[in-house]
Amino acid sequence: MAEEKRENRKGPRRRRPAFEMRISTKYAPRKVAEGQPLSCISDTSLKHDQLLELYRYLKLTRLVEERIVNLYRQTKVVGGVYRSLGQEATAVGSAYALRPDDFITPIIRDLGAVFVKGIRPREIFAQYMAKAWGPSGGKDLNVHFGYMEKGFLGPISHLGDMIPVMTGILLGARMQKKDIVGLAYIGDGGASTGAFYEGMNFAAVQRLPLIVIVESNHYAYSTPTSMQTAVRNLAEKAAAFGIPGYIVDGNDVIACYEVTSQAIKHARAGHGTVLIEAKTYRRKGHAEHDDQRYVPEGEIEYWEKQNDPIDRFERFLVDQKVATKEKLDAITADVMREINEDSDWAESSPMPEPETAVYGVFDNSIVPPAFRPKVLES
Amino acid sequence: MSTALKKERKFERPPRGGMSTMVEAIRAGIWEEMERDPTVFLIGEDVGVYGGAFKVTEGIIDHFGKERVVDTPISEAAIVGAACGAALMGMKPVAEFQFIDFISCGFDLLTNYAAKCRYRWGANIPAVFRGPCGSGVRSGPFHSLNAESFFLNTAGLKIVEPATAYDAKGLIKAAIRDPDPVLYFEHKKLYRLPRLREELPEDDYIVEIGKARTARAGRDVSIITFGAQVLTALDAAEELEKEGLDIEVIDLRTLAPLDKESILASVKKTSRVLILHEASLTGGIGGEISAIISQEAFEWLDAPVVRVASIDTPVPYSPPLEDYYLPQVNDVVEAARKLAAY
Repeated sequence: MAEEKRENRKGPRRRRPAFEMRISTKYAPRKVAEGQPLSCISDTSLKHDQLLELYRYLKLTRLVEERIVNLYRQTKVVGGVYRSLGQEATAVGSAYALRPDDFITPIIRDLGAVFVKGIRPREIFAQYMAKAWGPSGGKDLNVHFGYMEKGFLGPISHLGDMIPVMTGILLGARMQKKDIVGLAYIGDGGASTGAFYEGMNFAAVQRLPLIVIVESNHYAYSTPTSMQTAVRNLAEKAAAFGIPGYIVDGNDVIACYEVTSQAIKHARAGHGTVLIEAKTYRRKGHAEHDDQRYVPEGEIEYWEKQNDPIDRFERFLVDQKVATKEKLDAITADVMREINEDSDWAESSPMPEPETAVYGVFDNSIVPPAFRPKVLES
Repeated sequence: MSTALKKERKFERPPRGGMSTMVEAIRAGIWEEMERDPTVFLIGEDVGVYGGAFKVTEGIIDHFGKERVVDTPISEAAIVGAACGAALMGMKPVAEFQFIDFISCGFDLLTNYAAKCRYRWGANIPAVFRGPCGSGVRSGPFHSLNAESFFLNTAGLKIVEPATAYDAKGLIKAAIRDPDPVLYFEHKKLYRLPRLREELPEDDYIVEIGKARTARAGRDVSIITFGAQVLTALDAAEELEKEGLDIEVIDLRTLAPLDKESILASVKKTSRVLILHEASLTGGIGGEISAIISQEAFEWLDAPVVRVASIDTPVPYSPPLEDYYLPQVNDVVEAARKLAAY
């Protein structure tokens, strides 16, 4: 039946994809000569002040996380602490390519992108310490919140779910004639979920301006990427959706910026969805409690010494005479000032009042707040 | 780069019996069943080398090898589906959800496939689906779920949740031996709670699925509960004892199928019932139990059946909010006091 129907149909031929399916490796990690330290690509449109702004975001991300770890050790952080140590460049570089009204949805390792989107460190500190002044008022943790007006859509713990949600953001935007793109982050682990595939497929078939960055950081909790997927490069999954795939050196902040800019151009021009695989490395465990027993000896040290994204970028900035070491130190000092101020602010916040738990499940002008019902009160 | 793992650890086979926390009891139960029956295997995220997020399966891969401890991608639908398939082939999978919150990602296969195979075509699925549930550990809305109500209205799934180390071991063994799919919920707050450490027998035992236990015998009020709330109930009972109230605490252990006989026997004994659970009140198991009681033991009641549970919100993260969310000993004491005076 179905076969007959298809043969009889005399409809117009479907449009061919505007771009040939291919994996672009222009920004992929490159081998350097033995003993030569890694830097960043120099082919960039970024101006000096922009490069220094990128540097500020990188340092902000790393130092905020270090402060959170300190607060955690002082038992001021209520839940777990999740680091992006060693992969800050992916989040910062990619988000920096967006316009202010574009959207991001990060995962837990994208604090840098959250800052680029205009969220302040104080909000993150307050979230980690479960304080009343945090954006969720203590109801949820870390980056699990959102600001529609800033184009920031916080994730939930269920990986992959935000891909279809971002697809819907873009579908809605298209209906409203808004010219925005959406940048969604996912890990090598999250890319194994059904929601990821369904969301990608739907966005691709709708040609929505969705850019998905798969942060391939070697581990999903303890599971190595080789146990997560049979493809060699996660960018190859783009073929399954009929969209272009890119591989980028996730520890080169400029490459991350450039590759995302290119993807955004593609998406804004109406050519649809793009998948970018950022090759990077998670130097810390899944969370602070993780002893990383599954990591081969020497691996972390290698990435720390040879391929730290901030070291690489500092080298680039000094070598290219964008800034002196003193200038970079001054930026770091300014970052520290902000962190001290914001962490003091967050610490000074009270904990939420217990009864505030009952508000906000529904519009409380229609459905009353969820107070615990009194028992046997006549 | 050397491929030697960072920390060489050797895990001994857990001793038969001896002082055990709940997590040790579950591990020992799984271990013994894997020794007893070569078709038993583990499947889940990070269950191998890492030993699971809560280390429930720690050391099992060292002893039984990766043939029988299958680390999966982050794919709950694949875990549940593959467990069903392997079970149809005569294997006995013990599948882990890293947190029970993620059971939602395997919901379709659990409720539509695992639960309905025997009924539709006579093929049974002897699989166990286990994982850490429960709140009170400051983990926020996505790592604190009590999921039983999502499944109570699906015929074909057994549901158990232990409150003691003894029951944890006996129930995991019973679940593995059971010919039908069993959801085995482990309250994460109880895993290493010193209060629950107890001496376990050396011999092979199971705790029969479908049987409640009397955690504390009493005459005045029955508190029907399960999981971590058994401790809340026992604490409340101790508090009320000072006022001369003799409280009975029934630990359900199995939520589906419910042990109606034990529930009704306790109702007939005390004539006053308080149902306590950690999931939100509305649509919780308390409603079902209350309906059973009013339908089958109405004449025996001296007071309305009372439910105490978490409020109807997601599980909030911040300690003051979560404490407000959860039923506290005081809530139970006050409710039981009013019930006794009714």
